[in-house]
Amino acid sequence: MSFLGKQRALLVTAFAHTTTYRAEMVLWALSGSLPIILMGVWSEAARDATLGYSPLEMVRYFVAVLVIRQLTFVWVIWEFEESLVRGRLSHDLLRPIDPVWQYLANHVAERIVRFPIVVGLVFLCFALYPGAAYFPGWAVLGQAALLIAGSFITRFSLQYTLATTCFFNERASSLESLSFIAYAFLSGMLAPLDLYPELVQRLAGWTPFPYLIFTPARLLIGQQVDVVGALQVMAAWTFGLVLLQRWLWRKGLARYSAMGA
Amino acid sequence: MRRHLLLLRLFFGTSLSAELEYRSNFAVSMLSSALNLGASVFTVRLFFEHGTTLGGWSWPAAVIVLGAFTVLSGVSQSLLQPNLNRLVEQVREGTLDFVLLKPVDTQFWLSTRRFSPWGLPDLLLGTALIAWGAVEAQAPIFGYFALLGSMLCSSAILYSLWFAMATTTIWFVQIYNVTEVLRSLLDAGRFPIDAFPRGAYRFVFTFVIPVAFMTSVPAQVLTGQVNPIQAVGALVLAPCLLIASRAFFRFALRYYTSASS
Repeated sequence: MSFLGKQRALLVTAFAHTTTYRAEMVLWALSGSLPIILMGVWSEAARDATLGYSPLEMVRYFVAVLVIRQLTFVWVIWEFEESLVRGRLSHDLLRPIDPVWQYLANHVAERIVRFPIVVGLVFLCFALYPGAAYFPGWAVLGQAALLIAGSFITRFSLQYTLATTCFFNERASSLESLSFIAYAFLSGMLAPLDLYPELVQRLAGWTPFPYLIFTPARLLIGQQVDVVGALQVMAAWTFGLVLLQRWLWRKGLARYSAMGA
Repeated sequence: MRRHLLLLRLFFGTSLSAELEYRSNFAVSMLSSALNLGASVFTVRLFFEHGTTLGGWSWPAAVIVLGAFTVLSGVSQSLLQPNLNRLVEQVREGTLDFVLLKPVDTQFWLSTRRFSPWGLPDLLLGTALIAWGAVEAQAPIFGYFALLGSMLCSSAILYSLWFAMATTTIWFVQIYNVTEVLRSLLDAGRFPIDAFPRGAYRFVFTFVIPVAFMTSVPAQVLTGQVNPIQAVGALVLAPCLLIASRAFFRFALRYYTSASS
């Protein structure tokens, strides 16, 4: 079977698996309601202070954050941790393809099934704030799709690299909870990053996080963004993470000892 | 009563010795609690830096709200998550049968069987935040006692909601935990209720998911600026929800079709 043929097979099975649980997908989507909460607080705050964002711009910003979060959600570390601890990884290793493609296919299939729910959530937000409803234009949507895809791939590489440390400490998900705090804090998920103090903004610039949410969100609300530059930064981080992951993977497999391995 | 106390001691002891196998996790857990709290305090501070006052609340009062939220999240990590979240699993796998057969109240067993020490960092840090806010706001001595009562009401409300939410799994057997949706909506409790826009937001967070009674009221009670109707509301709501959630669980059990029958 060719490489592309394998990918197609993986994606089709992942899609079938995900649609089995499509009703639960609504719960998954709803459990990401933090942007809707922050949208209320920040748009209210923008009414009585000069934040550089009007209340309606705040609403749009957090609708954009909501969409980006929903489409870049990654859970590979829990999937990997479980398959490693329970020894299922041994089966995956027997396949003639690296296990990462299976995980990636699961994530992509889930995105496709989740998409209609995301659209529904966007309409819900605009029903809460009818004045904020707008259409950013096809050109912006196209560029945003590129940035969001890049953001997803960077997030996935970061989490999969952390997951690989499972070979050495078995509770890698606590590392993920630390990295998630940095991500939440420095990506613009909690507030538009330009409201942060100068020093913190500069600190954030040294990490990949602002490119993951703040950059695409700004693009979506109609601000000028260097799309190519952002894609380059994300590509560089992904490249570094993949190299690190491959090295950890090789070291880890040598240590790996589960049933039948 | 004595039997229940004895059981509580046994449950507590066995869970603790099981969890202490992962002692090194405590350091990570403490670190992530501290970082998480730092990010939350920073976010709330951001509003005040830009000259908004979260619906007229002072900085110390807003910190007390955050402290109350952190304490409640410690309670849920120590008691609610390890116990009630297992109900979903027990219904799916049919192991709830074994619990029903035990010569002890089912709700008692389901709610107290496990205790996880990983909520303690949040409990400690939350208490410290409240203490700082109380000193800063020059809270009256009487306020501290009132706060204690108020936090008990909050915990009871939280427990009832969590328990009722977990109970729905008896009808809708799932893999994913419904309580995650509740947990994500409870994030609204990080902010004083007046920080939300009038209308849909305040209605939902007062009457549907009453976070207003869980974190805003305790802060107001402590600083002595409480609206009497709200304080009485919390006092009435807590026992009502406790009774209602118990009745709901017993009602749901009639629809429980066990693994074998």
